[in-house]
Amino acid sequence: MNIDFAVLLIILFPLVGFLINGLIGSKLPKMMNAVIGSGAVLGSFILTAVLFFTQNETATVVKLFTFLNVSGLHVDMAFLIDRLSLMMMMIITGIGFLIHVYSSGYMHDDEGFYKFFAYLNLFIFSMLLLVMGSSYVLMFFGWEGVGLCSYLLIGFWFKNIDYSNAARKAFIMNRIGDLGFLMGMFMLLQYTGSLDYNAVFNFNLAAIPSEKLIAITALLFIGAMGKSAQIPLYTWLPDAMAGPTPVSALIHAATMVTAGIYMVVRSNALYVLAPATMEFIAIIGLCTALFAGTIALFQNDIKKVLAYSTVSQLGYMFLALGVGAFTSGMFHLMTHAFFKALLFLSAGSVIHAMGGEQDITKMGGLSKKIKVTFICFTIGVLAIAGFPFTSGFVSKDEILLAVYQHNVWYFYLAAAGAVMTVYYMFRVWILTFFGTFRGTAEQAHHVHESPISMTFPLMVLAALSLLGGLFQFPHVFGGKEFLNDYLKPVVSNLTREDDGAATKEIIILLATVIGLAIIWFITKKNYAVASFEGKYTGIKKVLADKYYIDEIYEALFVKPIAAISRFSDRIIDNKMVDGVVFMTGKMVTWSGTTLRYIQNGQTGFYLLIMVLAMAAIFAFNIFYKL
Amino acid sequence: MFKDIFIDHYIYLSVVLFCIGIVGVLTRRNAIVLFMSVELMLNAVNLLLVAFSSKFGDASGQVFVFFIMTVAAAEVAVGLAIIVMLFRNTQSIDIGTSNRLKS
Amino acid sequence: MSFTTAIFFFLAFVAIFCAILVITSKNPVYSCLYLVLTMFCIAGNYVLLNAQFLAVVQLIVYAGAIMVLFLFTIMLLNLNNDSEKHKSLLLKFLGAIGGGTILLAVVIALKKTTLDAAPMVIPNTTQVGMIENLGKFLFTDYVFPFEAISLMILAAMIGAVVLGKRDKKGINEETTTPIS
Repeated sequence: MNIDFAVLLIILFPLVGFLINGLIGSKLPKMMNAVIGSGAVLGSFILTAVLFFTQNETATVVKLFTFLNVSGLHVDMAFLIDRLSLMMMMIITGIGFLIHVYSSGYMHDDEGFYKFFAYLNLFIFSMLLLVMGSSYVLMFFGWEGVGLCSYLLIGFWFKNIDYSNAARKAFIMNRIGDLGFLMGMFMLLQYTGSLDYNAVFNFNLAAIPSEKLIAITALLFIGAMGKSAQIPLYTWLPDAMAGPTPVSALIHAATMVTAGIYMVVRSNALYVLAPATMEFIAIIGLCTALFAGTIALFQNDIKKVLAYSTVSQLGYMFLALGVGAFTSGMFHLMTHAFFKALLFLSAGSVIHAMGGEQDITKMGGLSKKIKVTFICFTIGVLAIAGFPFTSGFVSKDEILLAVYQHNVWYFYLAAAGAVMTVYYMFRVWILTFFGTFRGTAEQAHHVHESPISMTFPLMVLAALSLLGGLFQFPHVFGGKEFLNDYLKPVVSNLTREDDGAATKEIIILLATVIGLAIIWFITKKNYAVASFEGKYTGIKKVLADKYYIDEIYEALFVKPIAAISRFSDRIIDNKMVDGVVFMTGKMVTWSGTTLRYIQNGQTGFYLLIMVLAMAAIFAFNIFYKL
Repeated sequence: MFKDIFIDHYIYLSVVLFCIGIVGVLTRRNAIVLFMSVELMLNAVNLLLVAFSSKFGDASGQVFVFFIMTVAAAEVAVGLAIIVMLFRNTQSIDIGTSNRLKS
Repeated sequence: MSFTTAIFFFLAFVAIFCAILVITSKNPVYSCLYLVLTMFCIAGNYVLLNAQFLAVVQLIVYAGAIMVLFLFTIMLLNLNNDSEKHKSLLLKFLGAIGGGTILLAVVIALKKTTLDAAPMVIPNTTQVGMIENLGKFLFTDYVFPFEAISLMILAAMIGAVVLGKRDKKGINEETTTPIS
C-alpha cells in the first residue's frame, strides 16, 4: 500500500469517527456508536501495524499541503513517520482500541454515550497529530488538542461542580506549561529559523550559544512539566481522576501524559547539547517520583493512588531521560502504558462491581467475587511493583541501572521510590481484594463480574504487562534488546555499556525478590483486616493530605489573583471605566438640555444667527486666507 | 471721485442695497415687509450681474438676471399665497407668532 | 462730472434712500411704494448700462406685476394700518449690527482687492443688452433652462392657486389643525 495514503487514513479514521459520532451520534443506537468509535481506532491500529512491520529504518515525511508560509516561517502539514513515531502510534492506537472496547461496556448506561466516543476519537486524532506531526507547530496542535479533550473528558460529568472545577484546573495548569512550550518554540525559531524537525536537527546546533540552548530546552521542558504532571505542575493529574475511568486509563496514564516524554525524546538532539537541562530534568523527575510516591502511600481513593503512582512513574521516565537513557525512558513509557492502563481498567472494573464506590476503606475480600478482575489487577500490581521478569521489572531496572551509572545517590533515592511503589500498590491490592468485605450489605449483594467487553481488554493488557519485558530483555538473562535496536536510527542511550551491569542486575533481581516478600508480609498483616478506618495522624496525615500542596497553591496564587480580580472589578471597572463611559453619556445629555434653549422656534432669531455666521465666515476669509 | 464711474461704484451700491435688505429681514416682523426686503436683496444682486455683464460684454450675466426675475416672480406668487394662508389661519402675519417649529 | 455720471449718482442715492425707507416705514403700503421707487432707480441704472431689455422687464415684472401683487395682498389682508408689534430693541440693534458687519466685511474685502482700474464707459455702447442679442442667447445656448424655467413658473402658478384657494370645509379643518 502507498505509505502516503496509509498515513492519511491513520490520521483521518479517528477524525471521521469523531465527526460521525459528534454530529449524528445522538440519533444512532448505542451499538453503532461503539462500533464506529472503536472501529475507527481499530482501522488506524491495523494500518499502523502494517506500517510498523513494513517500514525500514529510514524516516519518511508525508507532506499533505503547505500550512503556513509567512516571512521566513514555513510550516507544512506533513507527517514524519519514523521508528519513534511508529512506536508511539502503536501504543496510542493499540491501547486506544482496547480502551474503546472497554468503554463500550463501562459507559453503557451513560446518557452521553455517543459524546464519550466522539471525544475519545477526537483525543486519538489529536494524539496521533502530536506524535506524527513533522514539526513543533503540528506537535503543538496535537498538544493543545489533547489538552482540550482532556478538559472535555475530565468534565464529562459536568453537572457535578467539583468535576467541572477539576477539568478547569487541568486546563489551566496545562496552559501554564503550554506558555513555556510556546516560548521555547519561539526561541527555537529565532535561532534555527525553522520549526521543522528535520530542519532543526540538521541545523548546526553547536553554533547556538549554550545558554540559549539551555533556555530553549528548559522552556520546552516546562511544557512537558505541565503535560506530564511534574513538580510543580502535577496537581491537576490527581484531580483529573474525576473523569470516567477509561479516560483516566487512556489519557491520564497511558498516552497524553507521556507526550512530554515523547517531546523530550524527539528533541534529544537539542537536549544532549544542554547537559544542565538534562540534569535539571533528572532532578525534577526524581523529586516527582519520590514526592508523588510518598503521597500515594496513604490515599484511600483507589483512583487517587493510581494517579499519584502515575505521576511517580512519569517522574521515573524523566529521570531516565535526564540521565541520558532515552530508549529506557521510552521503554518504561511503553510498559507503563501497558500496566497502568491495566491497573486503571481493573480499578474501573472494581468500581463498576462496587456500583461506583471508589473508597478502598469500603472494599475488601473481593478476590473471590470478581476473579478475572482480581487476576488482572494482580498482574498489574506485580508488573508495577517490579516482580522479576514482568515488564515493569525489566524497564524499571534498566532505568535504575542507567541512574546508577550516572550518580549513585540518585540511584539510592530512586530505589527508595521503587520500594514505596511496591508498598502502596500492595496496600491497595490487599485492602481491595483481601480481608473481609467492609461495604454495605447492598453493595455486597451488587458485586458482580464485569461483562466480556470489559474483561477482554483486561486480559490482553495483562498479557502485555507480563510479557512486555521481552521487547528488551537484558542480556544477562539471555534476552535481546529489540527496542534499543529498533530505535537506534532515531535515538540511542547515552549511557555507557558497563561490564559490571550484569552482576548489578542480578543483585537488583535478588533485592527485588527479597524486598517484595518482606513488603508483602508487612502489608498483608496490616491491611488484610476486617475493619479499616483510613484515618491517619501525624506525618502520615500530612502525606494523606498530599502535603497540603493544593491549599498552598490556593493561598499563594489563587487567592491573590482572585483579590486582584475583585479589586479590578470593583474599582477599575466599576468606578474608572464605567465612570468614563457614563461621563460621555452624561455630557451629551447635559449639553443637549443646555443647547436646546437655542432652538426657540423664532424665525427671526434663526436668521440673525445665520447672518452673524455669514459675517464670521467672511471675516475669517478676509483675515486668514484659507 | 465723482468724475468717472468705476465698477467699484456699482459694487458699493449693490452691497449697500443688499445690506439694507438684510437689516430689513432681521429687524421687521411683518412677513410682507420681510418679503420686500428679500426682493431688495435680489435686485441688488441683479444690478451687480448686469454691471459686470456690461463691463465684460458678456450676455450670460443678463440672461441670468432674466432667470432670476422669473424665479423671483414665482417665489413671490407662492410666498404671498402662503402668507394669505397664514393670515387665514392665525389672523396675523407676524412671523413671531409662527413659532410652531418649537415642538 | 459728466451728465451721465450725475445721473448715476442721483439714481444711486435715491435707490439707497428709498430702500432705507422701505425697511423703516411703519405702514406696509408705504414700504411697497418706496420699493417701487427703488425698482425704478435700478431700472434706470440698467438703461445706463445699456441693458434695455432688462430695464423694460424690470419695470414690467417687478414694478408692474410683483409690486401690484404685494399691494393687492396688503389690501386683501387689510394691513394698511400699523398692526405690527414692536420687536425688542435689542433684537433690532443686533439685526443692524449683523447687517453692518456684512457690509463692513465686504467693503474691507473690496479694499483689499485690486479691481480693474479702467472706468466704465457710461453710457455703454455694447450691444449685448439688446433684445435681439439676448433673444438669440435665450433660444440657442440657454434654450433648455428657458424651457425649464417656464415649467417652473407654471408649477408656481398652480401652487399659488392651490394654496390661495379657500379649502372645502372638511379639508380646511384638517389642514388647519395646529401641529403640536
